[in-house]
Amino acid sequence: MADIYDVAIIGAGVIGSAIARKLSSYNLKTALLEKECDVSFGVSKANSGIIHGGFHHDSATLKSRLEVKGNLMFDQLKDELHFPFNRCGILVAAFSGDEMRTVEKLYQNGLGNKAIGIELCNHERMISLEPKLNRDVVGGLYAPGGGIIEPYRFVFSLVESAKKNGVEVLTKFEVAESEEKNDCYILKSADGRSLKAKWVVNAAGLYSDEISRIFGAESFTITPRKGEEFLLDRNATAYTSKVIFPAPSHVSKGMLVIPTAEGTTMVGPTAQMVDDKQDASTSKANFQAIFSSARRLVPAVSERDIITSFTGLRPTMEGDDFYIEASKIKPRFIQVAGIQSPGLTAAPAIADYVKDILKVEGLALSEKPDFDPYIEDVPRFRNSSKEELDALIAENPAYGEVICRCENISEAEIVAAVRQGHDTLDGVKFYTRAMMGRCQGGFCTHKIMKIICRETGKSMDELTKRGGGSWLVHKKVGDYALEDRA
Amino acid sequence: MKTIEKDVLVIGGGSAGMAAAAEIRERNHSVAIVERDNILGGILNQCIHNGFGLHRFKEELTGPEYAERYAEIIEASDMEVFTGTTVTEIEKRDEGKTVYAYSARHGMLVFQVKAVVLAMGCRERNRGNIGTPGTRPAGVYTAGLAQRLVNMEGLMPGSKCVIVGSGDIGLIMARRMSWVGADVKAVVEIQPYPAGLTRNIVQCLNDFNIPLHLSHVVSKIHGKDRVEGIDITPLRDGIEVTEETFHIECDTLLLSVGLIPDNEIARKAGIDINRETNGPLVDSSLMTSVEGIFACGNVLHVHDLVDYVSEESHRCGAFVSDYLEHQSETKQFKMVSGSNLKYVIPNQFRADRDNHFYMRSLIVRNHAELVLTLDGKELGRKKLRHIQPSEMISFTLKEKDLDKAALDDNSTLEISLVG
Repeated sequence: MADIYDVAIIGAGVIGSAIARKLSSYNLKTALLEKECDVSFGVSKANSGIIHGGFHHDSATLKSRLEVKGNLMFDQLKDELHFPFNRCGILVAAFSGDEMRTVEKLYQNGLGNKAIGIELCNHERMISLEPKLNRDVVGGLYAPGGGIIEPYRFVFSLVESAKKNGVEVLTKFEVAESEEKNDCYILKSADGRSLKAKWVVNAAGLYSDEISRIFGAESFTITPRKGEEFLLDRNATAYTSKVIFPAPSHVSKGMLVIPTAEGTTMVGPTAQMVDDKQDASTSKANFQAIFSSARRLVPAVSERDIITSFTGLRPTMEGDDFYIEASKIKPRFIQVAGIQSPGLTAAPAIADYVKDILKVEGLALSEKPDFDPYIEDVPRFRNSSKEELDALIAENPAYGEVICRCENISEAEIVAAVRQGHDTLDGVKFYTRAMMGRCQGGFCTHKIMKIICRETGKSMDELTKRGGGSWLVHKKVGDYALEDRA
Repeated sequence: MKTIEKDVLVIGGGSAGMAAAAEIRERNHSVAIVERDNILGGILNQCIHNGFGLHRFKEELTGPEYAERYAEIIEASDMEVFTGTTVTEIEKRDEGKTVYAYSARHGMLVFQVKAVVLAMGCRERNRGNIGTPGTRPAGVYTAGLAQRLVNMEGLMPGSKCVIVGSGDIGLIMARRMSWVGADVKAVVEIQPYPAGLTRNIVQCLNDFNIPLHLSHVVSKIHGKDRVEGIDITPLRDGIEVTEETFHIECDTLLLSVGLIPDNEIARKAGIDINRETNGPLVDSSLMTSVEGIFACGNVLHVHDLVDYVSEESHRCGAFVSDYLEHQSETKQFKMVSGSNLKYVIPNQFRADRDNHFYMRSLIVRNHAELVLTLDGKELGRKKLRHIQPSEMISFTLKEKDLDKAALDDNSTLEISLVG
């Protein structure tokens, strides 16, 4: 603990990771702390992945300014960081005069936000933009600047880039205590590690209220708002060309039909306030609500195509805006809290904004001349042409071993994931898409477990689904005696 | 890149692919097999229990032994076998087909063939397919994956299990997990009758005092990191009786909730799929809607005994040989399933040879009759003892029993079940 970090960022979700990458372009010693065993394992992993079109919030809010700015940054980021991103456009479908009036308000928001290309559409225009829409649509809004990304892949790329430029990532580092001494914070983790940092950025998502309390900064409350989503097979006829929104309610943007950047369809999310920050359960009632709502938008949505479902928790707080500012109580402590939708879209702009706050507050920033914005683009079996694949296999035979048959993921891609530090099943899944297809790992889980063991030197009973107590196998068959039964 | 020219390419080196390839080679056509795994045998390699081969070899074999019988035939022949090789695409040409595959050893493989046999088998339905509510912890495995972990990798997937679904793999795994020292607490089946073979209920559950809860569902999975328990709710008239829900503590949930033919390559090749079986629609020669592409085994429809897979696949091999010898251009007539049957395969028949049909019942009865009607006129009946959806019914229509004079171009044969 001899070293002192200039900045410690708490939370390696999309916000913390985007800030870490931004700061990695300056001459700073930065640490990115994550309580889970891998980055993006909190709120960010279950995000819908929408790059919003700049019309949901009115231009007086901080979130709308950062959303519009962030949206425009994604083309360059994709070029540098190679995550799946498709600027496919967004439609908001209205089914009544009342809903159309709501949509007109969104249109006014969009104009105020200078959202590019935004237009109001009549029935015919809506159907020609998306023939799969319910014919009862009376009109709607088209935002061509909206799109879709794979959220965890975006976070992994941000972190890889940050690491490449010198940021240190400490996983399983759950900040439990803090002490201020000689213009420095001493951060202690739940497992007894500690580090010193001059500046602290609180990007702890669902737990940013607890982190603020640990540091003796502002008091606020983060309430999880749960969202359940269903993933449909890539053969589903419901796959649309654009993201389809309903007219929003006052609580949320509603349940959507989402054509993911990887060719599958997603429907959801619900919006339900819960007390438990770990409540990622799914329920039968929500299943029915999601499908009837999604079918109202796109009648081809069918339960027959379900591959899996999952739940995400949005970190909401009082007021309807992001809370991004230097603490008024603690020095050199920056609050980045309440980042719910459109947080993913805004993330790169939030990173710039936080950098500016740090500068104003007195952190010396000098640009690093050797900052490299690019990371390696790992070729994917499924996206390669026949000739490219033949050449890839000649160079690295592991490209010829197809491990995940549903999504066509090769051993080379799984090895790349593990070597990037994603050594749990979920880490490999989010990095590669292996186990994310229609068999959900039935055929390839054991093969992936063997590759992780080979690459990391771990034994099978040390492997987990996502860290903590999520063990996969108990022990070897022969080592297991009847008296082991508890 | 490597180009290979053959008469036939068989995709899949499990029980179906091996039998079809052996039959085609026996009839003097050149054939190659492509197999994803590093050895032939497919899923049989992990089925180390016995009970295989009673029909085919009149002996009781284990899965690997059954596979070995065929692997020996393949190895003794001059057939080319490409293991560790994955097919991604079948392309139709004017004459024949081009099949693209990849392996670490050869890079891209391009097969130029006259005919293709689909023999990719099936996959297991999983939690997403049955929509079990609750948390998403580690410890929820399909029964087949658990079987692989125990039998081939020597690993214990957990120590306190509940098995969801009474399919055969689930029942076999109930016994297997008991033998390796796990506590198998229950088998939960949504239907009022078991989904697996009767002999497996007796040998795998009754002999080990494992309770079978019929007409029950897993209504919730508990546990944040790893499975900690499940809620089980009885069904009455198909409705969950929530007040009678009970809880079982366990660390592992094995799912044996059905199998689905693995037909992605077929779909990509534009082959029509039967919505009842999820396998390709086939004519009386087991040829799919794309000329020159045939299907057999579990990729066509899910069988309950490997012996029937071999039988069907030998027949498929013979049909492929006939096709190569241009002997199959005979008129075919329509075959449909009637009341109380989920499906019949194939969906066409010929009048100039015997026709073999496989079908699945929708009902459970101790006594029933198969009724065959041609254009509404009854042709004959066959008495059946004990039928249930989990046990496949086979039936052979002899050429001599068919009145050819009664057939016209639009004739339809219907097979149905009366209970």
